[in-house]
Amino acid sequence: MTARQTQRALTRGRPLLYAAYRQEQAIWNTTTKKVVTLLLFTIALSLPIFLNRDLMGVASLVVVYAIGGIGLNIISGYAGQISLGHAFFMGMGAYTAAVIGGVSTNLVRGYELDLLIWLPLAGLVPAVIGWLIAPLAARVRGLYLAILTLGILFIGEHVFKEATWMSGGSGIGRAPTTVVLLGFDIFQRRTIVGLDISAIGMFYLFSLLILVVLGILARNLARSRQGRAFAAVRDRDIAAEIMGVPLMQTKRLAFTISSFYAGIAGALLTVVLGFTTPERWNLLLSIDFLAVVLIGGVATISGPIAGAMFVVLLPRLIEWGARELPFISTTVGSNQFLNVFQLQRILFGAMIVLFLVLEPRGLYGIWIRVRNYFKAWPFSY
Amino acid sequence: MEILLPSIIRGLAIGSTYALIAVGFVIIYRATQVINFAQPALMILGAYFTSWFVFRIGFPFPIAVLAAMVVLAAIGATTERIALRPLVGRPVFSAAMVTVGVFIILTVVASRLIGPDILTVGDPWQLNRFSVGSIVIFEVDLAKIVLSLSAIAIVGGLLQYSRIGLAMRATSLDQETALAQGIPVGRMFSLAWALSAALAGLAGMLIGTGAGGIESTTALIALKALPVIILGGLDSIKGSVVAGLMIGVAESLTRSYQPEYASFLGANVDIIVPYLILVLALMVRPYGLFGTKEVTRV
Repeated sequence: MTARQTQRALTRGRPLLYAAYRQEQAIWNTTTKKVVTLLLFTIALSLPIFLNRDLMGVASLVVVYAIGGIGLNIISGYAGQISLGHAFFMGMGAYTAAVIGGVSTNLVRGYELDLLIWLPLAGLVPAVIGWLIAPLAARVRGLYLAILTLGILFIGEHVFKEATWMSGGSGIGRAPTTVVLLGFDIFQRRTIVGLDISAIGMFYLFSLLILVVLGILARNLARSRQGRAFAAVRDRDIAAEIMGVPLMQTKRLAFTISSFYAGIAGALLTVVLGFTTPERWNLLLSIDFLAVVLIGGVATISGPIAGAMFVVLLPRLIEWGARELPFISTTVGSNQFLNVFQLQRILFGAMIVLFLVLEPRGLYGIWIRVRNYFKAWPFSY
Repeated sequence: MEILLPSIIRGLAIGSTYALIAVGFVIIYRATQVINFAQPALMILGAYFTSWFVFRIGFPFPIAVLAAMVVLAAIGATTERIALRPLVGRPVFSAAMVTVGVFIILTVVASRLIGPDILTVGDPWQLNRFSVGSIVIFEVDLAKIVLSLSAIAIVGGLLQYSRIGLAMRATSLDQETALAQGIPVGRMFSLAWALSAALAGLAGMLIGTGAGGIESTTALIALKALPVIILGGLDSIKGSVVAGLMIGVAESLTRSYQPEYASFLGANVDIIVPYLILVLALMVRPYGLFGTKEVTRV
């Protein structure tokens, strides 16, 4: 028998028996995971056929939030360093993209270059800035880092507001970048194999592709030597250093990669949102992404994707639900008890608190509990 | 001189309110090692309740301020009991994020209460001013300095000399040992939150005085206390006062002189001065002027 056959014979009927380390560390280490991933991907791919333009906008937002969430999870989840500056790096990516790929007006600059140029740069420019700031951030840890990144966020917002050639200025804003790949305009209504797909639908498919690529990259990073170094720094930084993990370099790498993801997410976010003002990249956006990570599941890849769905869809569901509730007004400025926007914010805050208090592992943790229940059924454990 | 001195006085006034908020951060940090990101919302609520007691109930101003502080203390203690107590023993990251959630909820509550208008707190100082020589001084600036510093002195004295203060300091040194000595540790956490929320409430009232007024977006001012606690040291009340006044003056001087001498930096640079100082402080002295250097072991 060859080694492979031995392995097959061993694991038949015992799906959780790993005969080799490689096998346990595989991206899809169980058949269920493979099937579920494939199924979800197929559903995600077919969404543009079923959903209307408005809902496709929401779906694109989910995808973009997932990319940003995965990025924040690398620094905050895997490496355990809280960053409140994620919105700044997103803004950096967005403006890099808008300047390189956008259209010039008499207010803002834009060079209308190809997506092949602006997309990598939208990640690389924030990554370089992250790399430069990181030594500052790497000296401090925990809540000090949270405060430092908060400071960077405020300074960044000021720079965005002042650099009108880039952002259009405070309260005015600018149009996003064009999305043209080698002369092929992605943001345009098209017919693909006989199916009519809207412009936002096309962009959704493109973002989905980016999400899949970046998601697999992040998953691979997490199970690599570097990924284990991140986890070691998170769990006990001094112990990690004594074991030979270079503390500064590891934190710096995590910060840089996270900024890269943020930049890409920011660039794509502006395309979904359309016109954006520099005020967009504020503390609340950073908190949104922390919520994506916390509600989804810290230090997982599927977590931020679920978290992104939750954070983006929750306001929508509340909006639909609110029409049925008499004490909630659907317009701003009426005399009802609360308006929809206020209810959305309150529930959003409550969700962060509730998840942290009741299920710190987030939606991922809930899934693990449900899975274990059915795995052990009919026994309780 | 006509610009410099009034500018410094204004800086000391705004700096003393920063110090007041920062002391609130420090008290909670010392008790639970958590930075309370809900402080800005508590500050706004303080201004709201002062205004409510003055205009709706008709209390005289000093009593309204005290009543608002009591309400805020109750809100603070309740928040701690409901949202933070279940997290004792879990990573501080979780607790800090819970305070972010509380911040979002309380900000919405505050903006619902305040509404779209700018809120005034009904203070007796208004825009009254007097001159010393050629220098014009606003009464409200003096009120800010005197009230903030005396409130900080009272709280500092309480922590240093009273039995409860001793119990609180023991709790912040070692929770388990404190518990073994018969100190009700949970109640100390509540007390820390109550004190800190009351101080935030007072600061909110002070920011709403004079020409200011309070909107729901004023909350972000309280975040400037974060550079203050970094510069002063996370666990030092003395540090908060010194750093608060320094940052206030730096901000005020920037506002007076930057448009003239460094206009290329753009408008409203004074808003980000505290954060620039924060970055510098972390580069040069990460544990602040008076902070305890963190000693860790494996």
